[in-house]
Amino acid sequence: MTKADFRTSAARAVGDTQLRKNFRRAMDGLMEKRTAAFPDGDELERLRTLGESIRSRSLAKLPELLVQLEHTCRENGIQVHWAETAEDGNRIVLDILKQRNAKTLVKGKSMVSEEMELNHFLEAHGIEALESDLGEYIIQLAQEMPSHIVMPVIHRNTAQIAELMERKIEGVSYTENPDELCKIARKVLREKFYKADAGISGVNFAVAETGTLCLVENEGNGRMSTTAPRTHIAVMGIEKVVEHLQDVPPLLSLLTRSATGQHITTYFNMISSPRRPGEQDGPEEVHLVLLDNGRSRILADPELRPTLRCIRCGACMNHCPVYTRVGGHAYQAVIPGPIGKILTPQLRGLDERGDMPFGSTLCNACVEVCPVRIPIVDILLRLRAEANGPEQGSSVKGAGAKRDGKEAMAWKGWQAMHASGALYNGLSRLMAKTGNMMPGSVAPLKAWTATRTKPRFAARTLHQMTRKRGVPNE
Amino acid sequence: MSDQSRNRILERIREGLPATPFPGSDFSVVEEKQWPLETRVKMLRERLESVNGQVHQCSRDGWVAELRNLLSGREVNSLLYAPGTEHGSELENSWPGNDAGLPSLLSTMEEEVDFRERVFDVDASLTGTIGGIAETGTLVLWPTTQEPRLMSLAPPVHIALLDAANIQNTFWETVNQSQWAADMPTNVLLISGPSKTADIEQHLSYGVHGPKELIVLIRE
Amino acid sequence: MSDRSYPERPECVYFFGTCLIDLFYPGAGMAGIELLQREGLKVIFPQAQSCCGQPAYNSGFREEARAVARNQVRHFSKPYPVIVPSGSCASMLRNRYPDLFKDDPDETAAVDFSKRVYELTEFLVHVLKVDLTDLGAPVKVAWHGSCSMQREMGLREEPKRLLAQLDNVDIRPLERERECCGFGGTFSIKLPEISAAMAADKAGDVERSGAEVLVSGDCGCLMNISGTLEAQGQRVAPRHIAEFLWERTHDKG
Repeated sequence: MTKADFRTSAARAVGDTQLRKNFRRAMDGLMEKRTAAFPDGDELERLRTLGESIRSRSLAKLPELLVQLEHTCRENGIQVHWAETAEDGNRIVLDILKQRNAKTLVKGKSMVSEEMELNHFLEAHGIEALESDLGEYIIQLAQEMPSHIVMPVIHRNTAQIAELMERKIEGVSYTENPDELCKIARKVLREKFYKADAGISGVNFAVAETGTLCLVENEGNGRMSTTAPRTHIAVMGIEKVVEHLQDVPPLLSLLTRSATGQHITTYFNMISSPRRPGEQDGPEEVHLVLLDNGRSRILADPELRPTLRCIRCGACMNHCPVYTRVGGHAYQAVIPGPIGKILTPQLRGLDERGDMPFGSTLCNACVEVCPVRIPIVDILLRLRAEANGPEQGSSVKGAGAKRDGKEAMAWKGWQAMHASGALYNGLSRLMAKTGNMMPGSVAPLKAWTATRTKPRFAARTLHQMTRKRGVPNE
Repeated sequence: MSDQSRNRILERIREGLPATPFPGSDFSVVEEKQWPLETRVKMLRERLESVNGQVHQCSRDGWVAELRNLLSGREVNSLLYAPGTEHGSELENSWPGNDAGLPSLLSTMEEEVDFRERVFDVDASLTGTIGGIAETGTLVLWPTTQEPRLMSLAPPVHIALLDAANIQNTFWETVNQSQWAADMPTNVLLISGPSKTADIEQHLSYGVHGPKELIVLIRE
Repeated sequence: MSDRSYPERPECVYFFGTCLIDLFYPGAGMAGIELLQREGLKVIFPQAQSCCGQPAYNSGFREEARAVARNQVRHFSKPYPVIVPSGSCASMLRNRYPDLFKDDPDETAAVDFSKRVYELTEFLVHVLKVDLTDLGAPVKVAWHGSCSMQREMGLREEPKRLLAQLDNVDIRPLERERECCGFGGTFSIKLPEISAAMAADKAGDVERSGAEVLVSGDCGCLMNISGTLEAQGQRVAPRHIAEFLWERTHDKG
């Protein structure tokens, strides 16, 4: 597999006018919706502070809360499994399915299952995992990755979806009517829900106090996947636990309003146990798989820990000027956008994805909207330093992997020029005299002059001007 | 193996975390949200209607008549309901036997009938609710043996009975007032409209997997 | 508007010119100094100053950034406010220096220094409370506030307030005023394709506004947008806000 490089894939995407049009329109819409959902600026800031407090508290008490969650879930009859790596997690899911004799599977939307590449793994073991969220179902037909964490098929317009469905689903004739397309999906999936042996879901919030798994959705497929089949397996990153039941409502409000501007999603499903005696529906068994996969390492560093506050609303990418222009696929990661740029390199290592933290102008648009106040820019800067810094003693996987000898030397040279006032004065005077003679076609200047005129050095520096004018030096 | 993984994970997490206690959170921004009953009913209604929910207000005893009006002449041939509940009995007692324009009543508790098969087959269902939430336009359901979860999910039309007096201000208030944490049921459902999606180029389509219609009867 | 607490009007201030102004827009630096001197302040320009260190810092070369930052901390050591004609440099000096010098022998000095840093327009509005009279002919301008200015320094209104004091200046609003122009320092040469796309969109916005002059508080943005406009053959004159305000309000006679 070729090494992912954000610059290359982004450059390609930036040239795709249809993609840029699709994303610009979609992101504008989502930004407007969020603004409309938070008409009271004061309420918004107080709610964000509350969200930050709740999530920070969860992370600060994580070991205690995970132990409590395990206990309350088990008391409720939910079986709890711990997975250190994605591979472990996949194995655990497969074992449960085998033990339950489950051959067909329906899936609700789960970013963590994409991180685990669960579908791929199960397929390799002869189990078909059918995505039931409409957007995920469509990208499964297209064999693509999601391009946004909340709206996975936002990169395709109606015609593209219509063509795909006609090609991939038997007995379907071409229609660009979205309601008709939904009817087709409903029919296909309804049968699958009814017949599936098992359902897999993610978890939006897991409540330690009560052993409750909370799920957010608009379509009903999540409820279907977790209610109709005999077995329900929920997979979850360990950071998703919250302490008290009363912590959930503020987070839910922040999540839905930040993500799509909704006061609340159509369904909020709170599962605390498998089917109890006498009940007529619901799974006989509910399993919770807790996944670490590098999160514990992030937790250990107080500056990086806020990365894990994320409640997966997507507001950061909706507001990101870079994401808007390149779309989600350019990031070549399960989670794209600003949060992806800090989470993915930490989970996969800077050796693998050290390119990501540099793909930002540090404009802070994401920081302004994050419902739990993750200091994304601070963390981007930290990861950039880690990418270039020494590996020894670093808490980040793959630290030092992006260090380039030439660049390091260039910065040493820059340092020499600017660390001493005397040297700087001399060299800047020289630049003033000769800088304009530098050809614009030489790298790195070449990148600039491809679309801009060459910057022009002034005949005299400000240092020279102020000295001439007698501005005091001290 | 899972136990070793568990211990290793917990050990790794514990290593990096400070021992200092963490402060509690200030919930006043949600706690403050209080409106009078009349406003709560209005808010709930407006929110539900804004997402294509249908809301009808009626008197405590007039709900069955209201329901008959709503369903008469519609192509709804079967209505799934729960006998043994208060509203189920009221429905049974007031439903005409052989009205061609009205759906026939099917029970959730009929012996020899597979509930799952029935619920995927009926045209509509009627459930109660334990309350509502004004701020978000939400119905709160605690499914039971008589009114299982799929009742409010599988049929294309879901009719829900809500008592106005049970409409709380916010979800946070609901959780705390009723002390949910003390004893959670198998499943709690918050329903805030008919099923929908905007995945196809942000066009809103209804009834993707859940009900296409949500009809709420508010009893005042 | 900024909600920071501001000091009383001082007698004396430092001026930190920034390296971009020093090399490319010295006139803007001089104008900034003159605006302050006109209000009766003594302005000190330590000749040993060079660069805030942001280019290395943002590229992840903190050791090198700190070595350069140390030079600034050492030469602005008296308890005078430090006025900076750039949102991005002001933010580096004010917001990032404390962390950059954590556990360093110069930490106390760096923290003290950072607390005395003010962006130029912020200082003109909140401390000097300047009252400007427009002596120029009618002109249409577009204002571009850098992301650092808007978000890291929290200064969205201050520059516009100053421009609004000028009666003959017509401020033409941009469609996407808050969106980044794509400069991002080394981003513009490390990820040039995305940067160029963002700059092109911003340039188009400026052009459509009908502005004759593009005013900004940050030279990096100015170079980026005006460089793009110029390459497209558009005739919009770039001006740093210090330069623009000085030009419009000082009696050349």
